[in-house]
Amino acid sequence: MQIYLPIAEVSVNAFLLLGLGGLVGILSGMFGVGGGFLMTPLLFFIGIPPAVAVATEANQIVASSFSGVLAHLRRKTVDLRMGTVLLIGGLIGAALGVLIFNYLKSLGQVDLLVRLCYVVFLGVIGALMFVESLNAIRKTAKGTAIPTRKKHGMIHKLPFKMRFRVSGLYISVIPPLLVGLSVGILAAIMGVGGGFIMVPAMIYLLGMPTKVVVGTSLFQIIFVTAFTTMLHATTNFTVDVVLAVLLLVGGVIGAQIGTRIGVRMKAEQLRILLALMVLAVCGKLAFDLLVMPSELFSVGAVEGH
Amino acid sequence: MLRWLALFVLVALPAWAEEVVLGLSQDEVAITTSFDGSEILIFGAVKREAPIPEGELGVIVTIAGPPEPVTVRRKERRFGIWVNTDAVEIDAAPSYYAVASSAPLEDVLGVRENLEHRVSVTSKLNAVGAPESVLDASAYVAALIRINTAAETYQLLEDQVVVDEDTLFRTRIRLPAALTEGAYETRIFLTRDAEVVASYETTIDVHKVGLERWLFVLSRENPFWYGIMSLAIAIAAGWTASAAFSLLRN
Repeated sequence: MQIYLPIAEVSVNAFLLLGLGGLVGILSGMFGVGGGFLMTPLLFFIGIPPAVAVATEANQIVASSFSGVLAHLRRKTVDLRMGTVLLIGGLIGAALGVLIFNYLKSLGQVDLLVRLCYVVFLGVIGALMFVESLNAIRKTAKGTAIPTRKKHGMIHKLPFKMRFRVSGLYISVIPPLLVGLSVGILAAIMGVGGGFIMVPAMIYLLGMPTKVVVGTSLFQIIFVTAFTTMLHATTNFTVDVVLAVLLLVGGVIGAQIGTRIGVRMKAEQLRILLALMVLAVCGKLAFDLLVMPSELFSVGAVEGH
Repeated sequence: MLRWLALFVLVALPAWAEEVVLGLSQDEVAITTSFDGSEILIFGAVKREAPIPEGELGVIVTIAGPPEPVTVRRKERRFGIWVNTDAVEIDAAPSYYAVASSAPLEDVLGVRENLEHRVSVTSKLNAVGAPESVLDASAYVAALIRINTAAETYQLLEDQVVVDEDTLFRTRIRLPAALTEGAYETRIFLTRDAEVVASYETTIDVHKVGLERWLFVLSRENPFWYGIMSLAIAIAAGWTASAAFSLLRN
């Protein structure tokens, strides 16, 4: 069934979009990522103009992460307090990130820098997670229990301590604020929601349990993407609500299914799958940069219009 | 004396000897939610008050979508990776362009005539001009044509105009599903021995209707409320799915 999109001004297959939304929704519910990094190239591929794809997807992510958070709330796997602290850091970071992005743009070659950052960043995060979770799986297979050592380092000497009951943490608010801030900066520069940078950061830097991480990440993604949607709608007029509805119908259902799959899985299995996904995205980006494209030219809208 | 004058008029103004009378299957295209492209039948006749003149008759039909500025970027290898380097802005590239002719285009239209009337897509774009800073601007124009032809937004339909008895002609041109709004300039040229002897211009009005129109206008005129509406739909859908799944589970 073909549907004409009023803002994107193209005609698309409705069932294809429902399926795409569902697929990305499952990933979102399982791993606590928005899924923008996967949806953007897919939407480009079916002929949606890039500006519309990026803006509309933010709107769709609001729906799927809200659906996912409700499912996690019922299981009490959302740390609302931690989520709020991360969010405050994230919003400040996003504002800083936009400033940095504009500065880089005035220097030129920002596109190249962003892509390189992205590949290096994803490669490092993905590889570290992969090795860590593989070791964890080996240890459990041998039957040796993983020692749950509480590290008492620098982090525990910082002031402004706060109790994060759901995560089982009693730490200073400074590390989560800084994590939120840096993810916010990166997200604004790279033009992504930052879910799959946030998730590993919460697991490894803040020491939060994997089960709580997914719901908490989705919680803060809702606000970040809602803000992005409004920004795009009011400045670029690029949110296509018809496209968003087609994607989010699949997305909200997928998020529910994804949450159920995620809950049944072991934490290290979840981490290793996320690591593989991050590495796959990294590999795809590296491939695009290194291999000669079949068409050297590309046609786009004039910037600043 | 009068006979001489009549002869003079005939020799001096041969272009008036033939005229185009045109019909369109539709002079407007309404874009609805289920819009999936449209086929336009263009038909007409050659009106003449004198016997059929000498020379091979050719008919060319063009439809051009509203012009829009586009940027064509080229990738180059820098430090081992492929990045966008140079870009050329083309001020007014038609969003859609179709040329249909009764024979191969170069047979029915001379090179000079083509440039003068900007019939082929190349001459239409070249006339726009590119900045002088880029030396091989024509490569960018060629790339734009290549990419748009692959997407079927630029079409060259040679031998697709049917001419009957040197008088009646007709052709079908398919407008793709990815259509922008605006006035689509439609031109018909009659040629004799590759020279234009008569032409006719009209427009086909393409516009969104119903829900499509309402949403488009809302997004431009009330962007804040449009954004709020989009978010409300997202939140409502998220909640509905969650409620439905918990009902299913119980």
